[in-house]
Amino acid sequence: MGNKIVYVKELAPLTKLFEVEAPHIAERGKAGQFIILRVNDEGERIPLTIANRNPEKGTITLVFQEVGKTTEMLGLMDVGDEIHDLAGPLGKATDIPEGKTVVCVGGGIGNAVVWPQVQALKAAGNRVVAILGARTKDLLILEEEVTALADLTIVTTDDGSYGRKGMVTHALVDLIDEGETIDEVITIGPVVMMKFVCKTTEPFGIPTQASLNPLMVDGTGMCGACRVTVDGKTRFACVEGPEFNGHQVDFDELITRLAYYQPEERSSLEDYHRCRMEEAADNLPSNQ
Amino acid sequence: MNDTPKKPKKVLNKAKTKTPMREQAPMDRIMNFEEVPLGYNEVEAQQEALRCIDCKNKPCIEGCPVGIDIPAFLNLVGQKDFEGALKKIKEKNFLPAICGRVCPQEDQCEMVCTLNKPDKGREPGGVGRVERFLGDYAVEHNLDIMPDIAAKTGKTVAIIGSGPAGLTAASDMIQKGHDVTVFEALHKPGGVLFYGIPQFRLPKEILLREVSGLEKMGVKFVMNYPVGKAESLDSVRDRFDVVFIATGAGLPWFLGIPGENLNGVYSANEFLTRVNLMGGYKFPNGSDTPVKKIKRIAVIGAGNTAMDSARTAKRLQPEVVYLVYRRSRLEMPARIEEIHHAEEEGIDFNLLHSPIEIIDDGKGAVGAILCQEMELGEPDDSGRRRPVPIEGKVREFAVDTVVIAIGQGPNPLLSADCPELERNERKGTIVINDVMQTSFENVFAGGDIVTGGATVILAMGQGRVAADAMHRYLMTGNPQDTEGDQSEVCPNLT
Repeated sequence: MGNKIVYVKELAPLTKLFEVEAPHIAERGKAGQFIILRVNDEGERIPLTIANRNPEKGTITLVFQEVGKTTEMLGLMDVGDEIHDLAGPLGKATDIPEGKTVVCVGGGIGNAVVWPQVQALKAAGNRVVAILGARTKDLLILEEEVTALADLTIVTTDDGSYGRKGMVTHALVDLIDEGETIDEVITIGPVVMMKFVCKTTEPFGIPTQASLNPLMVDGTGMCGACRVTVDGKTRFACVEGPEFNGHQVDFDELITRLAYYQPEERSSLEDYHRCRMEEAADNLPSNQ
Repeated sequence: MNDTPKKPKKVLNKAKTKTPMREQAPMDRIMNFEEVPLGYNEVEAQQEALRCIDCKNKPCIEGCPVGIDIPAFLNLVGQKDFEGALKKIKEKNFLPAICGRVCPQEDQCEMVCTLNKPDKGREPGGVGRVERFLGDYAVEHNLDIMPDIAAKTGKTVAIIGSGPAGLTAASDMIQKGHDVTVFEALHKPGGVLFYGIPQFRLPKEILLREVSGLEKMGVKFVMNYPVGKAESLDSVRDRFDVVFIATGAGLPWFLGIPGENLNGVYSANEFLTRVNLMGGYKFPNGSDTPVKKIKRIAVIGAGNTAMDSARTAKRLQPEVVYLVYRRSRLEMPARIEEIHHAEEEGIDFNLLHSPIEIIDDGKGAVGAILCQEMELGEPDDSGRRRPVPIEGKVREFAVDTVVIAIGQGPNPLLSADCPELERNERKGTIVINDVMQTSFENVFAGGDIVTGGATVILAMGQGRVAADAMHRYLMTGNPQDTEGDQSEVCPNLT
């Protein structure tokens, strides 16, 4: 009994948004929490953050980028298909302050998580500034959704094809320089980006939460694959996170740990591509 | 010819030792994930069953945590009535194919067996082996032997966790006539039986078969449903008349030495989960969860999980598997049989070695593990001789993978969402009374979530005790009410 996909939208090349039936997660999930899914019975368990939820419809929204075998297979699924396994909501919810000024800094696929965070922050009466970063205009996602909610939205692209040219950290520094009193920063995106966001806010003493994305296997507090070093101590992102005080996170260790299985992931993806090509070749009408 | 046939007189098998069980030779089995012991055939099972002398005291029944009438089922096997024997076992234990494999019989029924006289070279009856034979017989002959199910009570039971404690409680409660739903956080049932115990000790097909037997009896399974997250415990308590928490073990312990977060350091839980639950040994054909190609590996610890990890590693065919333990052989907590199997398979035991540092290979991964050599000193609080460092003696093992198998805490998932539930502050285990009831009246708990970490059969025993107490609670409102009830209160919980 899988979870049915009810809506599919391509947000950017290789980036899709799925709305999936999962009534209990739609009911209980909170900003910052994630789910774990498998696409088939041989599939790996991958964590995806809950981008949105609709308790009335009993659905949740997932946004993912096709970067490996599992996400590519997921990308091939369509409305009416069922996701083989889906468990959640897992992890701790984002700590939502009240009546403060909060800056959400997202990058790439991380902007999908900025969306529910801005929603929750606004609902708690905060002034919210969103900084959305992307490599280039085509890869920018969910700008409209976030802009509609945030008090101020700043878009940056690395190549200047849209919004401000430069990194999210440049926009953040300018915001601080302009005299915006920032009570808190929440950041999610590529690890290197989060590292530099934290480095930017640290001298100003601005509390900064970073939403980490370590490798996970079970994601339910059992295997310990997701351990990260925070303030010199080992912490488990799946039950104690995924958000931690960014000024205390050992980002370099996280980067190294995330890279450990890259050769296997690459070869798995290549194998998969070869299989699909062979399958396609087999299905070609044969020449007489 | 109206005479009732005379009961054939039992011809005892007077062999002093157990009927040998065929097993895969060590050199063959380290090349595959198939089971090591091959099990008895009908003749061997009957032969072994006929060693039971039907003694008067029957200490084995007392020695069995779930109280199986062992002489009775052995007797039936002796008469080649395998179905009858299965029925007999299933009165008390619905999971014989599992228990026959993973129970430490040498510390239970077989230890107290009247035949067991090691000084006279006499071995106990091979209870576990015959039990396993029967479990497999049912599978091979596709027998669905269903125990009697009491009339429906209309009461509902929620069981959180489908490991050994949860499955046992589910089996008992459905037989008592209640409506049973099991919630499992992972995508497969069985808890540690699936993610922890390797395929070569308990084939997953056997486990799934036992689980489907429970389904046929009416137990409902809800997978991918982490209670505490997907639904609050309070809500489950409202929806069901009684709740049994059997969420098992959780976050692994690490040694607290430098280098533990280097790439290539796994907890035993992660290593075994990747290989067992996710089938990582088949990567990339048959599983998408990778396990690194291992050349040299050190497993730290000497319990059953350490043996499982070392033997699993061996099957991934590295050059060498070291087992590193800071105490001596005498203190190794693993079952003798597991240690024996590990040795046969060529695991390199390094006792009296205490890891002090995992060394970086320069690229953020494991390059070596540094160990302090130890010797035994005076006994410590546990009564075991304390290992003390031998000054100046340090040894380095060149490895690319380290598996840490030194235990784990209770699962944090449910407790974190329900702070009102009384827990042991230091250990995080759920506090229960002598009938396994928690601080919430209609919530009971058992297995590793209350012990912090023990054996499969102890968890099963607790599932049984809890089921009895929950049944009394549902029927009389008082779980302690043992009037006219033969079930015992909880045996020595630690």
